Amino acid sequence: MNGLSFSLAGADLLALASGALFWPARDLLCVSDLHLGKSERMARRGGPILPPYEARETLARLARDIDAVRPQTVICLGDSFDDLGAMRALEDAAKAEIAALMAGRRWIWIEGNHDAGPVDLGGSHLHDLQVAPLTFRHIASPDARGEVSGHYHPKARLALKGRTLTRACFLVDDARLILPAYGTYTGGLYSDSAVLTDLMAPEARALMLADPPLAVPMPRRTCAPASVRAS
Amino acid sequence: MTPLPATIEAWFTDQGWHLHPHQRAMLARAGEPALMLIAPTGGGKTMAGFLPTLAELADGSHDGLHTLYISPLKALAADIKRNLRRPVEEIGLPIRIEDRTGDTSQTQRKRQRADPPHILLTTPESLALLTSYEDAARTFKGLKRVIVDEIHALAESKRGDQLFLALSRLETLAPGLRRVGLSATVEDPPALANLLARHPDPCAILMADPGPDPDISMLQTREKPPWSGGGGAYAIPAVLDQIRQHKTTLIFHNTRAQAEIFFHNLWLANDEALPVGIHHGALAREQREKVEAAMVAGKLRAIVCTGSLDLGIDWGDVDLVIQVGAPKNVKRLVQRIGRANHRYNAPSKALLVPANRFEVVECVAALEAVRARDLDGEARGPGPLDVLCQHVLIRAAAGPFDADDLFAEIITVGAYAALPRATFDRCLDFTATGGYALRAYDQWQRLVQRPDGLWQLRDPRAASRIRMNIGTITDSEKLKVRLRHARGGAALGEVEEGFAATLTQGDTFLIGGRIVRYEGLREMVVEVTKNAGRKPRVAVFSGTKFATSTQLSDRILAMFQQESWPNLPTHTAEWLALQRQVSRLPERKRLLVETFPHDGLHHLTAYGFAGRNAQQTLGLLLTQRMEAAGLNPLGFVATDYATLIWGLDPVTDPAPLFARDNLKDALEGWLAGNAVMKRTFKTAALVAGLIDRNSPGRRKSGRQATFSTDILYDTLRKYDPDHLMMQVTRDEAMRGLVDFSRIEAMLDRIGGRIDHVVLTRVSPLAAPLFLEAGRVPVAGRAEETLIDRERHALMAAAGLE
Repeated sequence: MNGLSFSLAGADLLALASGALFWPARDLLCVSDLHLGKSERMARRGGPILPPYEARETLARLARDIDAVRPQTVICLGDSFDDLGAMRALEDAAKAEIAALMAGRRWIWIEGNHDAGPVDLGGSHLHDLQVAPLTFRHIASPDARGEVSGHYHPKARLALKGRTLTRACFLVDDARLILPAYGTYTGGLYSDSAVLTDLMAPEARALMLADPPLAVPMPRRTCAPASVRAS
Repeated sequence: MTPLPATIEAWFTDQGWHLHPHQRAMLARAGEPALMLIAPTGGGKTMAGFLPTLAELADGSHDGLHTLYISPLKALAADIKRNLRRPVEEIGLPIRIEDRTGDTSQTQRKRQRADPPHILLTTPESLALLTSYEDAARTFKGLKRVIVDEIHALAESKRGDQLFLALSRLETLAPGLRRVGLSATVEDPPALANLLARHPDPCAILMADPGPDPDISMLQTREKPPWSGGGGAYAIPAVLDQIRQHKTTLIFHNTRAQAEIFFHNLWLANDEALPVGIHHGALAREQREKVEAAMVAGKLRAIVCTGSLDLGIDWGDVDLVIQVGAPKNVKRLVQRIGRANHRYNAPSKALLVPANRFEVVECVAALEAVRARDLDGEARGPGPLDVLCQHVLIRAAAGPFDADDLFAEIITVGAYAALPRATFDRCLDFTATGGYALRAYDQWQRLVQRPDGLWQLRDPRAASRIRMNIGTITDSEKLKVRLRHARGGAALGEVEEGFAATLTQGDTFLIGGRIVRYEGLREMVVEVTKNAGRKPRVAVFSGTKFATSTQLSDRILAMFQQESWPNLPTHTAEWLALQRQVSRLPERKRLLVETFPHDGLHHLTAYGFAGRNAQQTLGLLLTQRMEAAGLNPLGFVATDYATLIWGLDPVTDPAPLFARDNLKDALEGWLAGNAVMKRTFKTAALVAGLIDRNSPGRRKSGRQATFSTDILYDTLRKYDPDHLMMQVTRDEAMRGLVDFSRIEAMLDRIGGRIDHVVLTRVSPLAAPLFLEAGRVPVAGRAEETLIDRERHALMAAAGLE
């Protein structure tokens, strides 16, 4: 698999076409927002009964990435499960697949807003993790340096020869990197939304998922919205 | 025979009216269990439908709901209420009449269920909703008659399927109820009657006198129609002239966007400030009601409108109908023409305005068909399963049910009469558990079977979720448009989410006839300010696009074979002659294929004349074959008569692209993974309840929580390809968006006779294709190639590399 190399806080990183991040120097693979068990959670809560195959599909893609780069360490950057109930209700085949992927390597579950709490599938469960010079956590904090996070499911759109290309993307500037959502049943938030425009520095780039990923200046909100509500 | 009470007869006499023969016949045959009236527009159809009800209710002895009236339009229900209340009030009949639509208030709705009026006027969706309540049996107790108005319009869509399924419910709740269908002129009355009656009972058909032939011609304009485009703006001076000469003119357009542009231009040219209005389905209710009221009061000289005014609403004294753009379908043209001169036995007056040169040909062909009374129509297949799934859910919301009883009810619906029990069981399983191959846990059940065998909702709270998602109309997501104001400004209408996503602050677009400036999106509302700019971008409302009928296409192809075209305006005749000179004219028994370079890309045009949907499918098949041949197709666009494909490499030998062998395989191939299938899947998934279109609080939480239905399609395709929704999608696509039968008919017709014309530039006939909306991108190697080409250019341009 081809990757697009870039650096963050002096660390040389590789953005993979799948949406995973590889750090060759540390032999470390990082994926974010797997949302395993999303269909189970929605059905349990009386919502639509979606095809219950998304955990299989997500894990199959993760297995391909792990096979390709054979990392020493795997970091799941939060919201790995749609909630803890969904984690417990994972089908046995999915649990076995996860165990197989974990075998022989260090595995870290970073806690997300969907899956705060202990994970009983092995591996370490952490709020955040420092691997100098980088810090891995689920949600970006405004004043961080060398931070790798997920949570927002960023996507970007680009006009190409009269058509609009919409892809999930990495967002990167001098201070931080935001990973795209890796899970199958995940939507996205446009990079030109207020929250992402505010978070990312003006010179930020979007690495749109393609093989290899395509770097473009991050599409952003062009001007601040005028305040309309009389205070 | 129901005698007409003397008081009612006297009122008619006082008005100077006398009953038409078919109105008397409706009274005489009021006892028929199913009766279909076919009458031309303006034939007093609706009154004919209601007379037996008025007669039966005149003595005040009936308690509760007596007659349910269902129309395809909210506006029609409101209009009938006005028209019925007048005689009822003036005669002093003890009859309560109310309407119930999506616009009815919550309190009113609640009361209507507990204490229904004698006559309830509603829409198929509101009826389905009424049957979903636990007290449905009480609401419909004693119901005697159901009147389905404009049944010809309903029968063409899933709304009709939903309605007839609801009628099967009513039959159980109110046994012996009589069904009346009111229809405009159609090509096959028995087929329509078969849908109305309780299967297998017969349905009587009553044909009213079709009235005199319409007075219909082409509008003469000083300006020539443009080479392409769809607005008809060139005709504005001539249209204004006609408005001046008539009392009230209806100006029909095929799409909302075209109506908006035309209205805007009409307004700019309207120096005398003639009162004109605009009316279409995407306008806010307040805006529509204002126009409707002004129209009824006779204050408007013209209304620019779309299909939202297509059906039998009585808008006062319309004495001229203008159709802008080719009518696509002769039957609909006849029904639209009938809107003028809403009096029986007076000829309707109509003018056709082709929007471009090609449409001149189409309009002339349509005119000839109208004169020959040659109506067109394509048969619909068996009842769609996604609507059936929704019906099962609606039934479940109303309370526990027995599967055998429900099945017995469903096969009394004409379109579902041949439904195999096994298919019904699959639908039931789908609604109950999702119908997946993998299914293990309790929480996957939406419906559960109780020990006594009845099915019920696992969680009774699911009922409200089901009710929120009733309906079979699945337009793309719409966003409300409001004027920006501190406390929420006036609502103007709706635009598609996809259109809103293309807007950046400062962009201008047309809505409701005014130009507004996009300011931003706030809580899923598009906020705009007024703007007097002269050149708006146009709101892209995707109005339903109809395919030109086979009959009309054949007439056009026949016309192309004429030596010369004295029946066409000179400009159009010259255009066809030019096409004949630089290329060729398409023929019925051959296929013309042109190739030419344009704007740095290679283009191919195939003039199949198979109708928009089939031409679209042809585009998918051809681009798939081009992809396989390494020709890097980038995209295509289809119209009713041709498909235009563009790509990075030229096609030198088109014959293999059209080879018949493997065509079905190729079809199966792309059935797997293309945009049209995904769009069809989305509709089926929404209707069947696989996904919700509305759920409590979804709009607010929104954003990254929601994901594209394309992902669900891909997942099912990979892990559960035989899932019910995949089957529904395939069936639906084959007869709807895919329209494969018309491709096969086209290939039969041309029998391998392909004329490949290599050109150095765009041909006269191909030029209009470049302005067609609805371009379909091909997701193939070309996309990656483009990305690669842009890879460095983009970063370099931004000074980042």
